[in-house]
Amino acid sequence: MNLLDPQGPVAAANATILVDSVFIMLVIVVPTIIAILAFAWWFRASSQQARYQPNFVYSGRVEMVVWSIPALTVILLGGVAWIGSHKLDPAAPVPGTGAPIRIQAVSLDWKWLFIYPDQRIATVNTLTVPAGAELKFQLTSSSVMNVFYIPQLGSMIYTMNGMVTKLNLRADNEGKLLGLSAHFSGDGFPDMMFDVNVVSPVAFPDWVAATARSDSVLDQETYTKLMEQSVEKGRPTYRLEDPRLFDLIATQHIPPGPGPQISSNAGRQGSGAQDAR
Amino acid sequence: MLGKLDWSAIPFGQPIPLVAGAVVLVAILAVLAWVVIRGHLPYLWSEWITSVDHKRIGVMYILLASVMLLRGGSDAIMMRIQQAIAYQSAGYLPPEHYNQIFSAHGTIMIFFVAMPFVIGLMNLVVPLQLGVRDVAFPTLNSVGFWLTATGALLVNLSLVIGEFARTGWLAFPPLSGLTYSPGVGVDYYAWALQISGVGTLVAGINLVTTVLKLRTKGMSYLRMPMFCWTTLASNLLIVAAFPILTATLAMLLLDRYLGFHFFTNEAGGNVMMFMNLIWAWGHPEVYILVLPAFGIYSEVVSTFSGKPLFGYRSMVLATMAICVVSFMVWLHHFFTMGAGPDVNAIFGIASMIIAIPTGVKIYNWLFTMYGGRIRFATPMLWSIGFMVTFIIGGLTGVLLAVPPADFQLHNSMFLVAHFHNVIIGGVLFGAFAGFEYWFPKAFGFRLSERWGKVAFWFTFTGFFVTFMPLYIVGMLGMTRRMQHYDVAAWRPWMIVAAFGMLLLCIGVISQIVQLVVSIRNREALRDRTGDPWDGRSLEWATSSPPPVFNFAFYPDVRGEDAYWAMKQHAKEQLERREPEYRDIEMPRNSPTGFICAFFATVMGFSLIWHIWWLVIVGGLGAFTTFVVFAWRDHDEYVIPAAEVAKIDRANIEERRNLVSMAGGV
Repeated sequence: MNLLDPQGPVAAANATILVDSVFIMLVIVVPTIIAILAFAWWFRASSQQARYQPNFVYSGRVEMVVWSIPALTVILLGGVAWIGSHKLDPAAPVPGTGAPIRIQAVSLDWKWLFIYPDQRIATVNTLTVPAGAELKFQLTSSSVMNVFYIPQLGSMIYTMNGMVTKLNLRADNEGKLLGLSAHFSGDGFPDMMFDVNVVSPVAFPDWVAATARSDSVLDQETYTKLMEQSVEKGRPTYRLEDPRLFDLIATQHIPPGPGPQISSNAGRQGSGAQDAR
Repeated sequence: MLGKLDWSAIPFGQPIPLVAGAVVLVAILAVLAWVVIRGHLPYLWSEWITSVDHKRIGVMYILLASVMLLRGGSDAIMMRIQQAIAYQSAGYLPPEHYNQIFSAHGTIMIFFVAMPFVIGLMNLVVPLQLGVRDVAFPTLNSVGFWLTATGALLVNLSLVIGEFARTGWLAFPPLSGLTYSPGVGVDYYAWALQISGVGTLVAGINLVTTVLKLRTKGMSYLRMPMFCWTTLASNLLIVAAFPILTATLAMLLLDRYLGFHFFTNEAGGNVMMFMNLIWAWGHPEVYILVLPAFGIYSEVVSTFSGKPLFGYRSMVLATMAICVVSFMVWLHHFFTMGAGPDVNAIFGIASMIIAIPTGVKIYNWLFTMYGGRIRFATPMLWSIGFMVTFIIGGLTGVLLAVPPADFQLHNSMFLVAHFHNVIIGGVLFGAFAGFEYWFPKAFGFRLSERWGKVAFWFTFTGFFVTFMPLYIVGMLGMTRRMQHYDVAAWRPWMIVAAFGMLLLCIGVISQIVQLVVSIRNREALRDRTGDPWDGRSLEWATSSPPPVFNFAFYPDVRGEDAYWAMKQHAKEQLERREPEYRDIEMPRNSPTGFICAFFATVMGFSLIWHIWWLVIVGGLGAFTTFVVFAWRDHDEYVIPAAEVAKIDRANIEERRNLVSMAGGV
C-alpha cells in the first residue's frame, strides 16, 4: 500500500506533488536546522572565539531576508497547490481506454457495497475493475461518515448519508490492491478493508458474466439486512435487481441504517465487531 | 430517581478500567486521609482551594495538567501496545474499549493537559511580567480553574461509571448522534467540554482584560515581554473561538436530548455543518495552544542567550498575523469532503500563509542566539529541541495543506504523526521549558538540572522514535484509529513506535524523579535573589516565591526588557533612600469557584444520567453561589505598610548581598 508505488495516474500525480513539495521545503528546512544547531554550538557561553554582541537586536536586512524566505517558499508551493487542486480535483475526469466503468459505492456499517449499475451486479468488500478504463465512482453512506480510499490508486473521498460525492480514478496495472475506510465509523471500522482486483480488460466481462449468474439477488430486502451493524468476512456477490438502488439510498428513500441495538441503560451495547476474530 | 444510572453502569466485566479506577480511588482516598490526619485541610482550604491569587491558581492549573498528562499518557501507552500486537489478531483491547481510549486520549490531552498547562503558565507569569498585583477578575479566575477541573473529573468518572465517547475526540455526527451512539459516552464528552469550556472562556476574558487594562507605569504595548503578547493573541482567540465550540456542542446535545435535527441524517440535519463549525473552533484552538508556547521560547531563548529578543516588532507582527489568519483556514481539515478545487486551493494557500509568520519566528530565535552567550540550562535545551522538531512538523503541516497531497494523507497515521509533532514538539516542549524556567519563581527553588537534562534527552529521542515510524506507516497507507490490521508492512513500525513510547515514559518518570529530588534538595537549590537565570523581564524583579502582592511598588518601566535595564543601574538603585511603604489592598479569598464547580459537577453528572431533579438542584446551587458572591460587601483586605516593608526589605537585602558578592554590576 506504499503511496510512493502508485498504480494509477491519480496516485502517481498526487505522489509527484507530495515528493516535490517535500523537496522544495527541504531546501529551506535542512539549512535552517543546521544553522540552529551550529549557532547554538558556536555561541555557547564557554566558547573562546565567539564574539558577544548583546546589542545585535535588529537588522533591517536580516528582517527582509527572514520574511522573504518563507514567503517565497509559500508562493512557490501555493502555485503547486492551486494547479494541483484543479488538475487533481476528485471529480475531474480521468480519461482511459475503453468505456468508463460506473461504480456506486455505499459504506455500510462496517462493510463496503459496490454496485455496478450498468452491469447489474453488486459486490461486498471486493472491488473488481478492468485495467486502463476510467472508473467513475459515485459514493454515499448508509449511516455514518466514512472515507473511500484505495491508497495506490489515489485521492480519497468522504461518503455521507443523503449525499453523493464523486471520484474518478484509473488503475493501470493488473494485480491485487487494498482499499480501506479512512474515517472512523464505529466498532467494526478496522474491518472495512476491501480487496481491489484489477483484471485485464478482456477478463473483466467474464468476471461480470460469472457474477451475474449469482444466486443471491440484491434488492431492498437484502440491502436492509446488509445495513445492520456487522462485520463481513466473506466476499458475497449479488445480481442487482433494481439499477436505481443507489439513488434510493442516496435520496433516503431507503432510511438510514439502524445503528446498534441497545441492551442496557449504560449503553454498553453488544456489537457485531466483538466477534470480529 | 436515578435516571439511567444503575449497577450495569459499573464495568464489572472489564478488569482494566475497574482495576485502574480502584487504584486511583485508593490513591485519592489515601491522599485525602493524609491531608485530614496531618491537619493540612484548613491550610489547603484557605491557602489554595479558595485562593484567588493568580500565582496559586496558575500552580493549580499546572498540577491539574500534570495529573491529566499521566492519565492521557497511560491511554497512549495502551494504544501503542495494542497496535504493536494487533497484527492479524484482536490484540488485548476489544474495539469498544480501544475506541474509548483514543477518544479519551485526544480529549484529555487537548482540553485537560495542553490547555490548563498553558493557561496555568499564563496565569502565573503574565501579571508578574506586566508588573501588577493581580489579574483583572481574581474570583472569576478561580471559577474558571474549578470549572476546568470539573470537566476533567467528569471525563475520568466515565472510566468507572458508564463509558466514554467511542467517536474520536471531536465526536463527529452522525456517529455521535443518538442513533449510532445511544450510550452515555458522548454525553460525558459533551457535558465535560461544555462545563470546562465555560471555564476556559472565563480564563480567556480575564487574561485579555488583564493584558489590555492592567499594566504597570510605562509598560506600553510595545514594551511588553513577548510572552504577554502571545498571551494576548491566544486569549483573543479563546474569546472568539470557544463560543463556537459551546454552540456546536449545544446543538449536538439538543439533537441527543430533545430530538432536534441539526446534525442528524434525517429531517434536514447536516453533518457537514458540524465539520465546519467544530473546525472553526478547532483550528484556532491549535494556535491558542501554540502561541503561548512561542512566547515561552521567546523568553527562554533571549534569557539564556543573554540578549534581547531579535526583531521584537517583527515578532509582535508575526504573532498577531497568526492570530488573525488562524481563523481563515479551518477547511483544510476536510479537503476530501468534495469541495471544489477553488475552495480547496484557497484554503490550502491560506494555511500555508501561516507558515510565513511562523518561519519568521524561527529565524528571529535563530538570530537571538547569534552573537549571544548561550547557557544550556534545561529550559534552553527544550527550546532548541523545539526548534529542530517543530520545523519538521511545520514541513509536514505545509505538505498537508497542499490539497492533492492531503487527498492521500488525510486521516492517515502521517497526519497523526504531524499533529503530535507540532503539539508535543511545540506545545508540550514549551510547557516543559516554561515549567523548568518559572518553577523557581513559583516555589523559591530551582529544579535539579541533572534530572531535567535526563528527562529532556529521553523525551526528545523518544518523540522521534515514536512518531517518525508513524509518518512512515502513513506513507504506507495506514489510517488512524485501527484497532487491528492485517497489513504485514505496518507491523515492524508499530513495534518501533511502541519502543519509542517506552523512552517517552522514561522521560516522564525522570521529570517526576526530578521533582522529588529537587524538593528533597530544596535548601541547596534555593533561589534567594528572585533572579536565578539572570532574567530580563519583571517577574525576576520580585522575590521567589513572590509575596502575595507581587510588588511592593509598581515598577517603573522605561523600555523593553524592563528588569534587565534596572539591573544595569542596580547599584544606584539599591543605594537609593528607602521609599515610603504604603498599605496594599488585595482581593479576599473566596470559595465561590469551588462551590460553583461542585454544583456544576453535580449538574453535569445528573444531566449525563438523566437524573432531572438533581439537575435542578445543581443548577440552582451554582446560580445561588454566584448570586451570593455578587451581593458581597467586602471583597478586599488590607496588608499594612509595616508588613509590606518587612517583606520587601528582606528581598532587597538578599539582592544587595548578591550585588556585593558579584562585585557590583
